[in-house]
Amino acid sequence: MAEFTLPAASRYKDIPGTHHPAPAGATRVVNFRIYRFDPDQPNKPRIDHYPIDMDRCGPMVLDALLKIKNEIDPSLTFRRSCREGICGSCSMNIDGVNTLACTKAIADVKGDVKIFPLPHMPVMKDLVTDLTKFYEQYASVKPWLQTDSEAPVGRERLQSKEQQEKVDRPSACILCACCSTSCPSYWWNSDQYLGPAALLASYRWIVDSRDEAQASRLDQLDDAFKLYRCHTIMNCTEACPKDLNPAKAIADIKKMMAERP
Amino acid sequence: MNAPRPLSPHLSVYRFAHTMLLSVLHRATGIVLTVALLGVVSWLLALAVGPTPYAQVMVLWQSPLGWLVRVGLLASIAYHLCAGIRHLVFDSGYALEKAAARRAGQWVVGVAMLLTVLSVVWMCCAGAAS
Repeated sequence: MAEFTLPAASRYKDIPGTHHPAPAGATRVVNFRIYRFDPDQPNKPRIDHYPIDMDRCGPMVLDALLKIKNEIDPSLTFRRSCREGICGSCSMNIDGVNTLACTKAIADVKGDVKIFPLPHMPVMKDLVTDLTKFYEQYASVKPWLQTDSEAPVGRERLQSKEQQEKVDRPSACILCACCSTSCPSYWWNSDQYLGPAALLASYRWIVDSRDEAQASRLDQLDDAFKLYRCHTIMNCTEACPKDLNPAKAIADIKKMMAERP
Repeated sequence: MNAPRPLSPHLSVYRFAHTMLLSVLHRATGIVLTVALLGVVSWLLALAVGPTPYAQVMVLWQSPLGWLVRVGLLASIAYHLCAGIRHLVFDSGYALEKAAARRAGQWVVGVAMLLTVLSVVWMCCAGAAS
């Protein structure tokens, strides 16, 4: 059921955060307001303020986060790895939209940079959320090649250029969870609705010319919640940092569902 | 033992973009129109009961507040109709690219506003003529 407000213990405005001092002699200061939660303290989450000297910081939000962690507050916790938009680790809600901290330019944000964890997820610490359920949903669509026929001897299962192009874009998903956690329908029904990321993954195999399990894949999705909680709001497609289109993939699955005998 | 994990903020932090606005409006106008059916039924009932109750109900509908409610309902019908057609287009697999979806949203709002204005003008003219 839709719960529009946060549970009392999750509210982040109830206790004041730390205001770190402005850097001395800085002329270009950007204020970072970051969601903090420490599981080892009995306190509710809070917002800490970090003024950053932009003349001594890299251009991306991840640069600022690393600067804060290295120079101001080593307790700040977040996931990051590749710093070039291919690993999907540093996904978070920046300036009101889910995206990757490593590819989001600080200059693109007007005013203070507000950073929250991915929305409507259990918070483990600061900007790190528990993605267990998200990965289970991904696994549930069996994101691997399923075949009944014998594998060809001495070569791969071949595809034409056109056939490959169908799976080319959906295969570029990095499972950052920006799309699923941007979706209000996923917020209210993530226990049953698979969400845009898992459905895009399913679509990637449904349209793969080498896969022979289309029928059972569609059977599995033919469910009022798993698939049809998508109401084409399109937050997913707007959020995707890889410019993929989960909304279109889901609409295509619904169409296949309607058209199959 | 760690404290239970808090739920990260959602509605209160997510930027209210056109995607959410159009969706919420579609739901809200749908609810408004469903509730408005009660008004229509009460109007029909009054009509069936006789001239005096009918006249009483008409006083309500023709009061300034009643006029406002009628304009609201016309706007709701116009928006819900246009947004519904947009969803049919989506479900047929069209206008799902980012730019096209945005344009479709703009069309929905534009046409809904035009329909609302036209129907309010029609309502005023019909009211003046009777």
